[in-house]
Amino acid sequence: MKYLDEFGDADLAKRLLDDIAASTTQPWALMEVCGGQTHTIIRNGIDQLLPDQIELIHGPGCPVCVTPLETIDRALAIAARPDVIFCSFGDMIRVPGSSDDLFRIKSRGGDVRIVYSPLDAVKIAQENPDKQVVFFGVGFETTAPANAMTVKLAKQQGIDNFSLLVSHVLVPPAIRTIMDSPTRRVQGFLAAGHVCTVMGLGEYEALVEQYQVPIVATGFEPLDVLEGIRRVVRQLENGVAELDNAYPRAVQPQGNPVAQQVVREVFEICDRNWRGIGMIPQSGWRLNADHADYDAEKRFEVLGITTVESPLCRSGEVLQGLIKPNECSAFGKQCTPRLPLGAPMVSSEGACAAYYQFRRLEVPA
Amino acid sequence: MCLGVPGKVEQVWEAEGTRMATVDFGGVRKEVCLAYVPDVQVGDYTIVHVGFALTKLDEASALETLDLFRSVGLLDEELGITVDPR
Amino acid sequence: MTDRPDLENWTCPVPLRDQTSIVMGHGGGGRLSSELVEHLFLPAFTGTPLAGVLERLGDSAVLELAGSRLAFTTDSYVVRPRFFPGGNVGDLAVNGTVNDLSVSGAVPLALSAGLILEEGMPLDELGVITQTMGDAARAAGVSIVTGDTKVVDAGHGDGVYINTAGIGLVRDGLMLGPDQVRPGDRILLSGPIAAHGIAVLSVREGLEFGSEIVTDSQPLNGLIGALLDSGARVSMMRDPTRGGVAATLNEVAAASGCGVQIVESAVPVPDDVRAACAFLGLDPMLVANEGRVVVFVRAGDADLAAETLRSHPAGTGAALIGEVVAEHPGIVVAKTGIGGTRVVDLPLAEQLPRIC
Repeated sequence: MKYLDEFGDADLAKRLLDDIAASTTQPWALMEVCGGQTHTIIRNGIDQLLPDQIELIHGPGCPVCVTPLETIDRALAIAARPDVIFCSFGDMIRVPGSSDDLFRIKSRGGDVRIVYSPLDAVKIAQENPDKQVVFFGVGFETTAPANAMTVKLAKQQGIDNFSLLVSHVLVPPAIRTIMDSPTRRVQGFLAAGHVCTVMGLGEYEALVEQYQVPIVATGFEPLDVLEGIRRVVRQLENGVAELDNAYPRAVQPQGNPVAQQVVREVFEICDRNWRGIGMIPQSGWRLNADHADYDAEKRFEVLGITTVESPLCRSGEVLQGLIKPNECSAFGKQCTPRLPLGAPMVSSEGACAAYYQFRRLEVPA
Repeated sequence: MCLGVPGKVEQVWEAEGTRMATVDFGGVRKEVCLAYVPDVQVGDYTIVHVGFALTKLDEASALETLDLFRSVGLLDEELGITVDPR
Repeated sequence: MTDRPDLENWTCPVPLRDQTSIVMGHGGGGRLSSELVEHLFLPAFTGTPLAGVLERLGDSAVLELAGSRLAFTTDSYVVRPRFFPGGNVGDLAVNGTVNDLSVSGAVPLALSAGLILEEGMPLDELGVITQTMGDAARAAGVSIVTGDTKVVDAGHGDGVYINTAGIGLVRDGLMLGPDQVRPGDRILLSGPIAAHGIAVLSVREGLEFGSEIVTDSQPLNGLIGALLDSGARVSMMRDPTRGGVAATLNEVAAASGCGVQIVESAVPVPDDVRAACAFLGLDPMLVANEGRVVVFVRAGDADLAAETLRSHPAGTGAALIGEVVAEHPGIVVAKTGIGGTRVVDLPLAEQLPRIC
């Protein structure tokens, strides 16, 4: 596939790995923000191929993992309603709520459907005028433009049996939280390439200034990830802290202004509770007053949600990179993809699931 | 979080005032909304995430990046510096 | 697991703690499916003269009868949508059972066909499906010799569900099974993977996409017959249906007590299938196939086996993908495209497209 295969070339990967090895003279802890990058790293075995001194800390860039428990419970309550067709990306289907998940709701007769795009949910709404169609709009900044445009189009076409349950989260506040933490260990960041495609690099410039930490906008193919790592390591070895763009084929410094504009039109900033981490102020987007009619949270009154997290689950520490998944005592025992205690064990991007799936050999029996 | 896949724009049309396209992902075709990439035309490559094109893929830039990868370590090789095997 | 559960006060001997009802994942061919079998069905069906045969959990049951070995298998076909690029549920219903018999080393002879029809199912559609079943049977050289039809109320059946059971005679002297698999055995795949699963997804609501990908559903008895005729010492075969090649490799690793090592870049995936998997976020190794076989063969005969497969029309594109090892028993490890390693795990349930 053009623009994919070339960025997985084994010989070029070796070049990049050799260069990283040659430049590394001391231990460094890097964080890749995006769950998609975590997936690439673990799936290709990149962390094992890096010199031992380089530690990759897997960041909270898995929107599935950080969607607040309360939002999941709300989604489940809505999906269970007989008048609702609940549409979602595949990633969310098995995420555990306090006592249930979408998969099980489906098994009990709930109309839960996996779609590829929010536009598919609108189509379903058009085809089922006597039902309420709700789309579960989770994601980082990358996904927000899609959800924003979908709401705009629904509004334009007067499709009023459609609504969005929104839980967007933002990367820069998460980076701030990680860097402000007294126990932080991260010395350099691989910024999420497609988030930068949308939002540009300006916010990251500010973070580099404030925290004096290298940030490199990085793509998702194996060579992209290796290059991001290579550039961060070079900066660290040279004692510099700069913003760099290692994904120029898809990232421009200004981002996508049209997308930013539409997102501003439809969403507004809000505080968000990140599952496993806690409340991060001004770290999310919700539908603004002009689009409140399409807000599923307002359309469906859901009462009496008491969120209950497993006391054993340490996903917050995993998401902040404070522990590795296999350092959690429940990992592989009480917590497995089959019986997950927290979201990172379910999501394909979750660090715990990635470790379980791809690092089984290291799991203590 | 960002499964964005590159594809080639095959056909463009307008539906209800919005630019839509058929994008070819190496033999698989999907309908994609081009609202966010007004400059993308038939024949261009674009990165698509959940049914929306987010940016035009810069071919020159992609080739430059690959060249960069090919040149990594080359200077060292030319100077006869061997990479420390780990 | 030999205690008979108390029927009055039934508690599962190894409880499925977290589930009180069936979820879709139980049919996915992954961990949930195998747990259902082990925790619900095996304990319930124990204590009969041939229960040991069931417990072997082969693709077919092999029964000793008057000096011959009869292979006996059953499968149900509930695919949605019923019609997909390149075929329909009728093809699967015949080929699937023919293949289960074939991978057990049997020459398929006869099938039964049980149809559960939903009131309101259009007769012309049913006509196409049954004609397809007949065509598939003729192509495979097997006969549908008995059957049954039931009709259920509208809203209770999805159009048609088909169950086929099949019998065949196992070749004399042929011993196949996970207990025959040894470290050093090579692993072959009879052709490129994931086409069937992707073909079905391409027409499934909510995910539809345009492609020319068609199902790979085909009978494998001819191919397998040729392979066995060649004299290559095959230790085990399995068709990687639900759960894909990953499920098959994991099942054999677990059942044989050996480890499996494969080279990812050696696993053939057609370009357009790879593209579809990329944009849906699916791993081709976890996607279903309906016309492929995974073959475990003694190292010395690997080349002979590969050549034999490739010279048969149903085996073009056959490839050597890995080997059986003594290390890491029960675990499948893949060498990745860039030289790293990763574990290929048994999928939990059916794989779902992702956005991340």
